[in-house]
Amino acid sequence: MPASPYSALNRRQRLTASFKPKSAGNIPRGLTFAAVLVIIIMLALILGNVIWGGATTITWDFLSSPPEDGMEAGGIFPAIFGTVALVILMVIAVLPVGVLTAIYLHEYTNSDSMITKIIRQAINNLAGVPSIVFGLFGLGFFINFVGGNLDKIFYSSAGPVWGQPAIIWASLTLSLLTLPVVIISTEEALRTIPREIKDGSLALGASKLQTIRKIILPQAMPGILTGAILAVSRGAGEVAPIMFTGAAYYLPYLPLKLNDQFMELGYHIYVMATQSPDIEKTKPILYGTVLVLLLLTFVLNFTAVIIRSKMRRSRAHG
Amino acid sequence: MAKYKFKPKSRIKEFIGEKFIAVSAFAALIAILLIFIFIFKESLPIFFDSEVQQEASLDKMTFKQEYYEGREPKWAWQPESKVPKYSLFPLVLGTLKSAIIAMLIAIPLSVGAAIYSSEFANKKMREVIKPVIELLAGIPSIVMGFFALIILATIIQKLLGLTFRLNVLTAGIALGLAVIPIIFTVAEDAMTSVPRTLRDAALALGANPWQVSMTVVLPAALPGIGAGVVLGFGRAIGETMIVLMASGNAAIISASLTDSVRTLSATIAAELAEVVFGGTHYNVLFFIGTLLFVFTFITNLGGDFVLNRLKEKYQGETR
Amino acid sequence: MDDNKIIKPTDENLMSGRVLNDNISSRADKTIKISIRNLNFYYGKNCALKNVSLDIETKKVCALIGPSGCGKSTFIRTLNRMNDTIPNTRLEGEILLDDINIYRGFKDVASLRMRVGMVFQRSNPFPKSIFENVAYGLRVNGISEKDVIANAVEDTLRRAYLWDEVKDKLAHSALMLSGGQQQRLCIARALAVEPDVLLMDEPASALDPISTSKIEDLINELKRNHTIVIVTHNMQQAARVADNTAFFYEGVIIEYGLTKQIFTKPNEKKTEDYITGRFG
Repeated sequence: MPASPYSALNRRQRLTASFKPKSAGNIPRGLTFAAVLVIIIMLALILGNVIWGGATTITWDFLSSPPEDGMEAGGIFPAIFGTVALVILMVIAVLPVGVLTAIYLHEYTNSDSMITKIIRQAINNLAGVPSIVFGLFGLGFFINFVGGNLDKIFYSSAGPVWGQPAIIWASLTLSLLTLPVVIISTEEALRTIPREIKDGSLALGASKLQTIRKIILPQAMPGILTGAILAVSRGAGEVAPIMFTGAAYYLPYLPLKLNDQFMELGYHIYVMATQSPDIEKTKPILYGTVLVLLLLTFVLNFTAVIIRSKMRRSRAHG
Repeated sequence: MAKYKFKPKSRIKEFIGEKFIAVSAFAALIAILLIFIFIFKESLPIFFDSEVQQEASLDKMTFKQEYYEGREPKWAWQPESKVPKYSLFPLVLGTLKSAIIAMLIAIPLSVGAAIYSSEFANKKMREVIKPVIELLAGIPSIVMGFFALIILATIIQKLLGLTFRLNVLTAGIALGLAVIPIIFTVAEDAMTSVPRTLRDAALALGANPWQVSMTVVLPAALPGIGAGVVLGFGRAIGETMIVLMASGNAAIISASLTDSVRTLSATIAAELAEVVFGGTHYNVLFFIGTLLFVFTFITNLGGDFVLNRLKEKYQGETR
Repeated sequence: MDDNKIIKPTDENLMSGRVLNDNISSRADKTIKISIRNLNFYYGKNCALKNVSLDIETKKVCALIGPSGCGKSTFIRTLNRMNDTIPNTRLEGEILLDDINIYRGFKDVASLRMRVGMVFQRSNPFPKSIFENVAYGLRVNGISEKDVIANAVEDTLRRAYLWDEVKDKLAHSALMLSGGQQQRLCIARALAVEPDVLLMDEPASALDPISTSKIEDLINELKRNHTIVIVTHNMQQAARVADNTAFFYEGVIIEYGLTKQIFTKPNEKKTEDYITGRFG
């Protein structure tokens, strides 16, 4: 009985085996692990710095009062309000279109038909358009073309009414940017619905539309919700598309009409960081604003992840 | 056995409902077409209006121009000077410099991390790495730009003893960090999708696990990793806020890493607010937008094409 | 009429589409609920059903037996046009329900499916309450009066032998029920729209023996008022519940006749081989 597997090998095998360095795998392992570490460190640096710099600024006052003294004092309430108003309008625009697109792709078309392929490619490309290009489109199409023509048709008097930067145009621009997010999330949810449920509904005499309304949509709700949340998170963080379509640095009013301009968290950060006359004085407020935006984004993303993993787990059991 | 008074379904309602869904579904397609049309439309005077072409024709935007009599021809971007200068070269150079620096940072880190996650990490580590990458992906670019402007610039300045804080290196590093999640996700996906059968075959021939990773999995995943790199590069080219805040925004032509740059996207962002509607400067900015759109369209098409081919290939193999 | 006069499935007879089952249709006072004539069914280029002709008798149970993949499920799904939901399929031939062509003679496919109900192999209750599951068919077809629905729900649950077990928990989720209970729920749900015909695609194959026998009792009770077509892998089950049996093999009906005769004195060798377990 050989004492160890090694001694069971013949002489030639032993020689070959001894040439295989046992520890050589450590170098790639170490290097790639170092990459992971660097990423973690950088992330910690960014987050840590923001939290450190901004944590003390965040008080209820900060969140609920308007800015004073040229952004050197006061709070960011109007920016929060503007951001919320912006994303609410955006969701109203993007959710129906995105959900219906996903339903069309999943329930009405064949996965290898030409139409499906073209639409999917368009969605992927839409997802890759640089955000500043969306801003250009918002200016060129929504403000100048749509708004300008609305003014021509309805308001021939002096001064633009719709043909100028406005919260409605900014939110429509953002809704185009977040459309792919909603579509993909909804489709993921639609895929979890088993065929038998749909067949069962049809077999009872329900039409396809009824099946969609009564069975499919309710089941897809978690995915639709996830899509909406991720869209909001994305929309609240994008600055380039709203720079020319309605965001402003300081306004004495809140956006209560659709053609009002608005203050917004991301834009606020941008102007404050690059154009403050005295950066040291505005630093606390700047950090506070960044922290608020970051917290908002993370809470939204985290919620979406939770809903999504619950949905995946129920699919595994259902 | 008509026990109940069943109501027949309204054919009209059904028809309208289904048509409505179909029409909505074309929204994405219409959007992408509209975007291209309207952006390109506002840049058309460059091609057709002779007045505009005095200052900014395709020729004038590409090649060195003699702006002042007797002086050497040069490239310059100075739209709002007495002699408007519309060379795109400084902007293209700036875009490329920042994107290349970003890729030099992002590729080793993201591919390295992806290899670690797919080949070496145990379950616990993977459950740490995944949220880390998602957190990084969730940081809005304005926050990344803020970080670069306030923190990173100071660090780099102190480290390298520079006079100016804002330069292409600072912007490039932050840009690289922003692009890491894209490359990581695609690369890791590519490696974990390599079929078990390939790995098992290599193991059965006597290779140890890390040899399998380096000599079998990595090569097999290379197209996917390449696609991730292409997608990341497209993102780096088009990104606006980070370079707007951290690159210094001076349209300098140089090979130095510590000089400021102006990128195509940042140019649009910085100047669109002040242009005269319909003027030459306005047209040129929209032209730049068209260039960006076309470039990212191509990189996305390419990246997606490779990924789709791979998906088909592996779905066939694992069946 | 001579009960033993049958027409053999020779090529000539198949080509001419003559009915294989004269031994049934030759009986006096027969009524045919569904008549299938020369049915060919294609998945893309693949022909899954070849020149199938069959008469399904009213208020009797017709079992479809045969090895896996021989086309039984495909066949049963043609009867309520469920195959319409699958892309790239094609159907030739004629299917008549009470002498009405199911493709041309009905206002829409929903009205056909209300007359021909279906119970699936794996029970598929909706993720709703027990009550709403049964009420679903009524609601989608225009019934909204509360008391009508409540009565119908109780009535069908009783008929499905499920009422006593669920009467206190009608608002509970249907997914909480056991497999056998879910399947009976699906039967009740299908019965709620008052179909003439009930199609059952291996309804008990995923169930334990006790639940299975409950379902079989149910079938015996239901056939008093409904025509039933049942696909089954289980020959003993066919022998227990079915009046007539059709043996499918590779998309063709090899033999169709009285269950008793098929299982004791089959006319075709293939039938005999299958029944005695030599294949399948």
